[in-house]
Amino acid sequence: MNIPILSLITFLPLAGALLLIFLPKENKNLLYGIALSLAVVVFLVSLSLYFGFDAQADGPQFVEKTGWLGFGIQYHLGIDGISLFLVLLTTLLMPIALLSSWSYIQDRIKVYLIFMLILETGIIGVFISLNMFLFYVFWEATLIPMYFLIGIWGGKRRIYATMKFVLFTMLGSLLMLVAIFVLYHLYYKATGTYSLNIFDYYQMLLDPKLQTWLFLAFALAFAIKVPMFPFHTWLPDAHVEAPTAGSVILAAVLLKMGAYGFIRFALPLFPNAVETFLPVLSVLAIIGIIYGGLMALIQKDIKSLVAYSSVSHMGLIMLALFSLNVEGATGAIYQMLNHGLSTGMLFLVVGILYERSHTRLIKDFGGLSKQMPVFSAFFLVALLSSAGLPGLNGFVGEITCFFGIFAANKTFAILSVSTVILAAAYLLWMFERVMHGPITNEKILSYKDVNKREIVYLVPIVVLMFWMGLYPQPFLRKIEPSVARAIAGIKSATKVFVQKPESVPAKFKIPEGSAGIR
Amino acid sequence: MIPPGYFFILSVVLFSLGIIAFFLKRDLITQFMAIEIMLNAANLAFLALAGSSNFLDAQVIVFFIITVAAAEAAIGLAIVLLIFRKKKTIKTETLNSMKG
Amino acid sequence: MTDVFWLIPFAPALSSVVLVLFGSKLSKKWVSLQACGAVFLSFVFALVAFLGSLKISPDNFPIVKTLFPWIGAGSFQAGFSFQFDPLSAVMVLVVTGVGFLIHLYSVGYMAHDTGYTRYFAYLNLFTFAMLILVLASNMVLMFVGWEGVGLCSYLLIGFWFEKPSAAAAGKKAFIVNRIGDMGFILGLLFIFVAIGSSEFSAINKAIGQGLFPQALATLIAILLFVGATGKSAQVPLYVWLPDAMEGPTPVSALIHAATMVTAGVYMVARLNLLFTFSGTAADIVALVGALTAVFAATMALTQNDIKRVLAYSTISQLGYMFIGCGVGAYAAGVFHLYTHAFFKSLLFLSAGSVIHALSGQQDMRKMGGLRKYLPRTFPPFLIGAIAISGIPFLSGFFSKDAILTEAFAQGRYFVWALGLAGAVMTAFYMFRLIFLTFYGEERIEPEAKHHLHESPKVMTVPLAILAVFSIIAGYIGLPAVLGEKADLFKRFLEPVIKPPAEGHIGAGTEWLLMLVSVAVAAVGISVAYLFYLKNPRIPHALVARLPWLYKLLYNKYFVDEIYGAVIVNPLVKGSDWVYGHFDLKVIDGALDGSAAAAGFFGKALSVLQTGFVKDYALVFLLGAVIFIGVLLF
Repeated sequence: MNIPILSLITFLPLAGALLLIFLPKENKNLLYGIALSLAVVVFLVSLSLYFGFDAQADGPQFVEKTGWLGFGIQYHLGIDGISLFLVLLTTLLMPIALLSSWSYIQDRIKVYLIFMLILETGIIGVFISLNMFLFYVFWEATLIPMYFLIGIWGGKRRIYATMKFVLFTMLGSLLMLVAIFVLYHLYYKATGTYSLNIFDYYQMLLDPKLQTWLFLAFALAFAIKVPMFPFHTWLPDAHVEAPTAGSVILAAVLLKMGAYGFIRFALPLFPNAVETFLPVLSVLAIIGIIYGGLMALIQKDIKSLVAYSSVSHMGLIMLALFSLNVEGATGAIYQMLNHGLSTGMLFLVVGILYERSHTRLIKDFGGLSKQMPVFSAFFLVALLSSAGLPGLNGFVGEITCFFGIFAANKTFAILSVSTVILAAAYLLWMFERVMHGPITNEKILSYKDVNKREIVYLVPIVVLMFWMGLYPQPFLRKIEPSVARAIAGIKSATKVFVQKPESVPAKFKIPEGSAGIR
Repeated sequence: MIPPGYFFILSVVLFSLGIIAFFLKRDLITQFMAIEIMLNAANLAFLALAGSSNFLDAQVIVFFIITVAAAEAAIGLAIVLLIFRKKKTIKTETLNSMKG
Repeated sequence: MTDVFWLIPFAPALSSVVLVLFGSKLSKKWVSLQACGAVFLSFVFALVAFLGSLKISPDNFPIVKTLFPWIGAGSFQAGFSFQFDPLSAVMVLVVTGVGFLIHLYSVGYMAHDTGYTRYFAYLNLFTFAMLILVLASNMVLMFVGWEGVGLCSYLLIGFWFEKPSAAAAGKKAFIVNRIGDMGFILGLLFIFVAIGSSEFSAINKAIGQGLFPQALATLIAILLFVGATGKSAQVPLYVWLPDAMEGPTPVSALIHAATMVTAGVYMVARLNLLFTFSGTAADIVALVGALTAVFAATMALTQNDIKRVLAYSTISQLGYMFIGCGVGAYAAGVFHLYTHAFFKSLLFLSAGSVIHALSGQQDMRKMGGLRKYLPRTFPPFLIGAIAISGIPFLSGFFSKDAILTEAFAQGRYFVWALGLAGAVMTAFYMFRLIFLTFYGEERIEPEAKHHLHESPKVMTVPLAILAVFSIIAGYIGLPAVLGEKADLFKRFLEPVIKPPAEGHIGAGTEWLLMLVSVAVAAVGISVAYLFYLKNPRIPHALVARLPWLYKLLYNKYFVDEIYGAVIVNPLVKGSDWVYGHFDLKVIDGALDGSAAAAGFFGKALSVLQTGFVKDYALVFLLGAVIFIGVLLF
């Protein structure tokens, strides 16, 4: 196929944003119409990726590669089974998020839509870049629209939250930038050519001591994004203050960038350091699982409860990833999609509630099921998906993750399975207080049940939840081979270095103990 | 032909005058003119160099500087104008809104 | 014929989906027809499959039908596949048969409820999940049913969610069950990693080949049993079941008596080879079962809520089933499961009929003398009570006796003694219930008495059918003394369940044991008669004599309070403390601290930024001079 699909879906939103600049800002229907139809078109185009993707083929697909700025900076895009569904998740959730903002966002609609579209470009770019420079550009590019989304349309403490969010992530990504420079330099020193191609870097064999530092720089950047304990405190603040659509995108997709970074960059590039730090990271992930769950238990704000549940769920995803086996990593990728859907939907649901009540405090609600029965059903499905109820998507991911973790380390698995109890406890307790019991507040009597627009954007998610829970094969089949290759890459790299360092060809011997080519 | 050294001396003199004028004068317009004088002092030095050693690069640079100076003058004067409109003065000791 | 078995679960599922999506547009009549019809269809399929399976030779079990590959990631593979064998046949028949009757009964019981459609949607969904549970051919799919029934239980307990106690009870049931589920998942993982599959046939084969070390088998069995204690309400996770009575009464009959709560027993019976192989685990099962049987029975003695008595009785009876499994008499355990499904749902439904008649009154202190007002409810109720008390010739007698005899035969005298103690109490509290409700003086509140009416046919007919089954169901599992081939039930289950090691008792002992059982039941009933009909002052005197004991029992040993104080409260309070002192103070504090530090230094340095152009130019000039100076010299 000659159509550059990846470029198309990446830059179509950006082009849309440019178009919007020239449109009158008063015409809400026109602005939304264009943004929304564009997002839908992007989603439809991105679907062709799914059908065109050959799970068995080795290496990235839909590759686009041209020189760009020289010095190894290339325009190099491609996807594999790992990024495929993350891209699809992004393109699916963007129209949904836009639709959910229709009545939520009241002022500066034009600017809002422009930022949302730029955000989409940035996120897709992160998942499909195969050049480190390009990756970094997109990675940072997602920060800017998010900064404004929270900063302009956020709640009362939005400035604090957005500053915290940006500074936290910037701290990590700057260290990553330094590490990328070091890699760039070492590669040039070892081979005499400039490259920022991630596949070239996979071939590099680094001095273990150096690996440690580089790995820590990368890992910090990604761990903050995930976020892993103890770098999680920006998340509840950002979520609580962000507008609904911002929360949805943040939870559903932006967090996945961290986990994606681990499997694409941090783990394969520094196998020896991974071996050293895996126990530490795994323990942090477990702490995240339990800690996030316990914190979620006592939150008073629904959004921050969901945010802490994200910390817990992402902990499980990371732990499964760190088990470094096919089952765990496949489960982790699948669970990322599930978490995107379930947490995304939870935020949508809380947003619907907020539009009616202008509060998110649990104590302000009670007995809503009576007043809003359809809403209650949607809420319950989202909740159960998040709690990993079999038959819904969360379970398939969770059990696969557990299996992977268990195969790697039984103690970790036993500790992590506690999430089954905690998730049920904090979610159902919240549901009981918000939806059940007598109607405590007479304002509730004026709340309307979900309207057509809201149903339209919730139904696709619900359908997907059931589909992914009952018949996950179409997804798993495409994810697994890529994951298997990635895991094999990480494992074999570790072994080569540990067992026979002399197998490095003399030509590429590591100069002054820094880098070489395997 | 005039020896290039003279040109350099003239350039240094002009440049120093520019500096002195910049620090002694208090209104933006005059300071702006002082900067222009400094720029042209540099131009003179470049041209002297070009003339004496057939160094074409220097002439190219002069063209650049002239263009930049023109652009700078356009924007700079516009800024001065706006400041005057807003503050009714262009005395530099009154302008410190960028204080940290 | 048996091949149709995989169709069994889908009619209720379809019906449930239709009710959820289009329920608001359907008439009440259509809803009842569709919901009951779907379950009846399942029952027909189940019957066909069962009759077909009678002709299949035992070696051909189980019949497996894989619908599609479900989860597949590396070595973790689980199909969406069903299996059919005698054990599933029994369960499927119980679930669809009793389930159908209860659906029917609900048509009358829920007739005036505003959530009629929602109720039947949930009930159908439950039937579907329960059928998945008993038909699944691997443990992962079984877990789908396992959690699915838990969800429906949550939804149905909290059906009247406006009532805070109902909402809380639903939540409690789900969370407590999740604690058990954690054990289930871990057991599942241990099995899967050990043998690379979770198919029941593979597990049984692996046990045969000795792939499990003894210790591992014990560990797995115990973990799975933790799951069973959650679902089947055994000590220490039984606490959710009494609260579950907040749900509508037919729900209590279907879910919390006849089907869902027996899932744990079913699972243990399904994996009987594993439990037998482990030995230790089986002993634990028997012990926990016996303790629960007695413990729950003592709590049932003093309850005044008619449904709560039945709830504790259910817990106690489930204990008997586990005794059966634990001592190796899995067939007897399943047999009790099967008879219990009839008489306990009968009891619940009759109690429901009483409650219905009294406009929702559940307190037995406000009943009495109802015999003459409820002529069609009383006889079935009495039959149920006789059956559960272990009076000969009714179903409960045969099954309970089979369990106790086997416990004795295996030399588990302690377990046997506990079981016997439980039997006395069972007879006592059941007849206490009967006497307090149907006999003696009328203590009915005037308002309720005004509306007092017998229930409609749609409710009393299922009662009659269940009553008949409560009487005759036992005759397919007669004691061994009556002939080698008397126990049809056991022989039917033989392809799945290995019979226990031969007991060492002769026919004489067996007759004697039977006699002891009967005597014990008679004692219980007579004491109840003495206490509550003949001389109602005795209970009061006893309470006055032993107030602490009464208080202890009446408050259910304060177990809920202890759990609250030891587990729930510390967890919530502790988390709150950590949130305030660690998350906000330490982590966020460090962050805000470093931000403040950066701000402070920035402020300090900002003194240099005066805002005057000349100052900047001067610094610029100085810098240039220094730079040139360095370059030149």
